[in-house]
Amino acid sequence: MLEIKNLHARIAEDGTEIIRGLNLTVKPGEIAAIMGPNGSGKSTLSYILSGREDYEVTEGDITYNGESILELDPAERASKGIFLAFQYPVEIPGVATMQFLKVAMNEQRKARGEDELTTPDFMRRVKEAAEQLKIDPAMLRRPLNVGFSGGEKKRAEILQMALLEPTLCILDETDSGLDIDALKIVADGVNALRSPDRAVIVITHYQRLLDYIVPDTVHVLYKGQIIRSGDKELAQELEANGYADVIETAA
Amino acid sequence: MPAVQETIDQVRGIDIDQYKYGFETVIEVDKAPKGLSEDIIRFISAKKQEPDWMLEWRLDAYKRWLTMEEPTWARVEYPKIDFNDIYYYAAPKNVTGPVSLDEVDPELLRTYEKLGIPLREQEILAGVQTSKVAVDAVFDSVSVVTTFKKELQKAGVIFMSISEAIREHPELIKQYLGSVVPTTDNYYATLNAAVFTDGSFVFVPKGVRCPMELSTYFRINEKNTGQFERTLIICEEGAYVSYLEGCTAPQRDENQLHAAVVELVALDDAEIKYSTVQNWFPGDKEGKGGIYNFVTKRGDCRGARSKISWTQVETGSAITWKYPSCILRGDDSRGEFYSIAVSNGHQQIDSGTKMIHLGKNTSSRIISKGISAGVSQNTYRGQVSIHRRAENSRNFTNCDSLLIGDKCGAHTVPYIEVKNQSAQIEHEATTSKISDDQKFYAMQRGIPEEEAIALIVNGFVKDVIQQLPMEFAVEAQKLIGISLEGSVG
Ligand SMILES: Nc1ncnc2c1ncn2[C@@H]1O[C@H](COP(=O)(O)OP(=O)(O)OP(=O)(O)O)[C@@H](O)[C@H]1O
Ligand SMILES: [Mg+2]
Repeated sequence: MLEIKNLHARIAEDGTEIIRGLNLTVKPGEIAAIMGPNGSGKSTLSYILSGREDYEVTEGDITYNGESILELDPAERASKGIFLAFQYPVEIPGVATMQFLKVAMNEQRKARGEDELTTPDFMRRVKEAAEQLKIDPAMLRRPLNVGFSGGEKKRAEILQMALLEPTLCILDETDSGLDIDALKIVADGVNALRSPDRAVIVITHYQRLLDYIVPDTVHVLYKGQIIRSGDKELAQELEANGYADVIETAA
Repeated sequence: MPAVQETIDQVRGIDIDQYKYGFETVIEVDKAPKGLSEDIIRFISAKKQEPDWMLEWRLDAYKRWLTMEEPTWARVEYPKIDFNDIYYYAAPKNVTGPVSLDEVDPELLRTYEKLGIPLREQEILAGVQTSKVAVDAVFDSVSVVTTFKKELQKAGVIFMSISEAIREHPELIKQYLGSVVPTTDNYYATLNAAVFTDGSFVFVPKGVRCPMELSTYFRINEKNTGQFERTLIICEEGAYVSYLEGCTAPQRDENQLHAAVVELVALDDAEIKYSTVQNWFPGDKEGKGGIYNFVTKRGDCRGARSKISWTQVETGSAITWKYPSCILRGDDSRGEFYSIAVSNGHQQIDSGTKMIHLGKNTSSRIISKGISAGVSQNTYRGQVSIHRRAENSRNFTNCDSLLIGDKCGAHTVPYIEVKNQSAQIEHEATTSKISDDQKFYAMQRGIPEEEAIALIVNGFVKDVIQQLPMEFAVEAQKLIGISLEGSVG
C-alpha cells in the first residue's frame, strides 16, 4: 500500500538532510509503529508523506497504491486518503470547528467526484463521531483548536480522522498530552477504524499506547533511517532497555 | 456555515484575474463636454433643474476648490490627475431622474440584474429575496430608479435621489446639506460640492424605525467619467435606519475618478448603521486602470445617546482614500467603525477612521482588518481625539493586518490625542502572515490552496463580517474570496 524506497529529503530552506535513505513498506490492514529518539526525523517523515513544501525529496520515491505521490500537493494527497494527525495541531482563529469539518469533508468528496453531503447527513455523522470520542458538541462551535486543551486538540484530530475516513492514517504522538482515560478513548477510536484496506502508522515514544493499539510491525527511526524493524516485542524491548543497544548494533 | 461554502464556490467559479463586474453597458448617453468650469457647473445644475441657491452653493464651492491643493499625506502614489480631462456629467439618454420601473431602459435593468441588484419589486415580492431591501440605483451621474418608495412613505421615511430631494424638500436640504462635511472641508469634498451629480437622500422622522434595509448601488459606466455622488442621511430623535451602498464599474485601461461625500446626522437617541461593500474595478494584473476612490464620509452624532456605526468591506479600487468618521457631539453618543480592507495586485489602500469625542461619556470602537496580497500597500490611518469637555470617554481600537506573500505592505498609523484625563483608551494592533502551518494544516485535510486561504481569511475577518446585514455578509465573503484570487502561486 505504502512503499518508501531509499528516501532522501532535506529542509528546502537550508539544505540540511533529515531523511537519509529511508525504506519502509506498509501493507493494507497493517498497523506499523515508528519509534525513535527525539529529533530522529519522525515528524519530518510524516510531513513529507503528506506533502509539506518545506522539505525537498532529493532521491528515492514514495508510492501509494502503486503510484508515486511526490508530485501531488497536500490537498491532493489528502483526497487520495492520506491523513496526518498532527503532533502539534494548528489553531485557525475565526473558523468554527464544525465549519472546517464541513469544508474539508466536502472538498474531499468533490475531489473524488462524489456529491456534497446534505446538512442533516453531515450533522448526523459529526454527532455520532463526537459521541464516540466523548467530545462535547459545544467545542465544535468554537474556532478550530483555538484555546483547546492539549488533550482536546488530540481528540479533535481523531474526530477529523474518523469523519474523513482516510486509507492511510499517520498518528504523530497522538498519545502525548492525553490522560489515561482519554488515551483509551482515542485508542478505541483508532481501533474502530481498523479495517483490511486501511493502514495506520503510529509514531510514539511509549509502549502504553501500543498496549491499546497493538502494532503488527515496529520500526526504529534513527538519524533519518529505519535501523531496525520487528514485531510488537521490539517495542517492549525498547521500553525496557532504551535505544542504546539498537543504535549500537546498527552502527 | 453556508457563507464560507459560497465563498469557495464563487472562487472556483471564476477565472483568475477576472473582475466579474467588468462588463460595459451599451446605452445612449447624454454628456456634458469634458472639463471643469463654471459653465459645466451651471450645466449640471440646470440638468438637475435645481433652484438658484443650490447653484450658488456649488459655485461657491468651486471658487474655493480652485484655491485648494490636492492632499499628499496619504501613503498612495498616482500620476497627477488632470481634472479637465474628465466628464463631470453623463446620463443615460432620456433619463433625468427616477421614473417608474416600466419607463427604465431595459438594457439598464439588465445591467443591474447582472450585478445582482434586486431592482424589480415584483421579483422581490414574489419571494426571490428573503428580506426586503429598498434600492436606489445610480448609473453614472443620475439616479435611475428608487424602489419601495410608496411603502416607505407610509412609514414617513423619505428615500429618494438627492436631486429629487433638492427640488422636493429644499428646507431639509438647506438645513442639513454640508452641515457635517462643509463645502470647505477638503480638496475632494469641495470638488464634490461643486459638481456632485446624484446620490441618495434619506430622512427618517422622529420615533420611526425604518421598516426595511435601504440600499444604493453605484455604477460608473461611461468612459472618462467621474462619479461624484452625494448622500445625506438624517435620523431624527429616536429614529433608526440601516443603509447599504454597493459599487461597481466596468474594466477599463484608464483610471476613473470617484469622489463621493456622505453625511450622516443622528439626533437624540437615533441610530444609523451604514454599510459599504466597495468593489470598484481595482485595475488589471499590471496595475493598469482602476478607480481612484477619494471619499469623505462623516457622521455627526448630534444628539444625546445617538449612535453611528460604519461597516465597510473594501475590496476594489486602484486607490482608496477613505476615512469614515464620527463626531461624537451628543453626550453618551457612540461611534463604531468596522472595516475589512483587502488589497491585491497593485492596489493601494489608505483608509481608517476618525473618532472625535466632544460630548461626555462618549464611546467609540474601531475594529480594522487589513489583508494585503500581491504587491499592494494597505495602510490603516486612524485618529482618536478626546476633547477637553469629553468627560469619561472611551475608545477601543483593534487593528489587525494579515499579509499574504512577501511583496505587499501593511502599515498602521494611529493618531491619539487626549485633552481630558478621564479618558480610557485601548489600542491593540497585530500584523501576521497567513502562516504556512495554517495553510498546510487545512490542505492536509483536503482543502485546496486557494480555498484554504479564503477560509483562513474569512476566519480573520469574522468579527467585522458579523456586523453586516445577513444578505450582505454572504456577498462580502464572496467578494473577499474573489479579490484574493491569484494571490498565491
Ligand atoms: N523546518 C525545519 N527547520 C529546521 N530544522 C528542522 C525542520 N524540520 C525538522 N528539523 C530538524 O530535523 C530533525 C528531525 O525533526 P523531527 O521533528 O522530524 O524529529 P522527531 O523525530 O519527530 O522528534 P520528536 O520525537 O522530538 O518529535 C530535528 O533536528 C529538527 O530540529
Ligand atoms: Mg516529532
